[in-house]
Amino acid sequence: MKLSLLVNEGPYTHEASDTAFQFAKAALAKGHEIFRVFFYHDGVNNGTRLTVPPQDDRNIVKRWSELAAQHKLDLVVCIAAAQRRGIMDAAEAKRHGKDANNIAPGFRVSGLGQLIEAGIQADRLVVFGD
Amino acid sequence: MLHTVNKSPFEHKALETCLRFARQGSAVLLIEDGVYAAARDTAVSKQVQEALKSVSIYALKPDLEARGMQNRVIDGVRLVDYEGFVDLVVEHNAVQSWL
Amino acid sequence: MTEENAGGVAKKFLYVNRRAPYGSIYALESLEVVLIGAAFEQDVSLAFLGDGVYQLTKGQDTKGLEVKNFSPTFRALEDYDVTKLYVEKEALEARGLSEADLVVPVEVVSTERMAEIMEEQDVILSF
Repeated sequence: MKLSLLVNEGPYTHEASDTAFQFAKAALAKGHEIFRVFFYHDGVNNGTRLTVPPQDDRNIVKRWSELAAQHKLDLVVCIAAAQRRGIMDAAEAKRHGKDANNIAPGFRVSGLGQLIEAGIQADRLVVFGD
Repeated sequence: MLHTVNKSPFEHKALETCLRFARQGSAVLLIEDGVYAAARDTAVSKQVQEALKSVSIYALKPDLEARGMQNRVIDGVRLVDYEGFVDLVVEHNAVQSWL
Repeated sequence: MTEENAGGVAKKFLYVNRRAPYGSIYALESLEVVLIGAAFEQDVSLAFLGDGVYQLTKGQDTKGLEVKNFSPTFRALEDYDVTKLYVEKEALEARGLSEADLVVPVEVVSTERMAEIMEEQDVILSF
């Protein structure tokens, strides 16, 4: 099946991103396709490459990037939610005159339409939040 | 329909609300802090046992184990791992997450 | 309920709102999805349960908070062809509210009817 995931919370503060990641991994192991993982609300904070979590614990951002690279996943960070919370790619940073960008590898910034499309195109959409 | 509940039943109304809306024959999967509802001898165990008469109730094993609740699960609540979670999603027509 | 979406058959999207406005961003950002989603011509419904019914109350004046009052946006939903707004009867009553207290026309439904509506959906977005 084609599955889409919506992740509504950022890394570490809530379990949502962990659960979504484990779900995605299991789904891929079972041969399903992940159509898109869409990050909304504080979920956009999963897309910053600037996290430096403690060495003895999981690196949430990095493992999303790695899973994406390994399986060619489409990880989308909502542009509106990202703008509110300061997650920028290079193009956005330039557009808004910011002196830096922070998007993590494997993530891209795009509009809410991508979430709706994720619901339309996939067989199932699963929401992970608080 | 598959319903997921990720909140403890003692602090939040998510489970109570979910069970009010879950129709006969649907499935409820307890995940994250929601797995506390799967424990025996709590203030909500009777409610959960009652719900088992009309819906299937599952609990995510890794979340139970993380919380040390794996040896006190109510009879009739089925444990699944993440692959089982995926199977439940695929098996049901849609998923509703009670956050 | 559709198992496939071949040929562009509209899916039934339900937005479930259970949180009050202003105490958290979920109410506002959920509405933003609804507005963007409206362009996709799917079969959209909004459900307001529990504290979600507070999103629709009249008389919201946010000047003192210095935050944006987004309740007028609910009145614009009609222009976007989003007209199916379901409010849980029990939630209104528990909060001492009636339909007359809400900024937009809604359909007040029983738990049973709301459960039926939910069961019909293809995609359920919770915030």
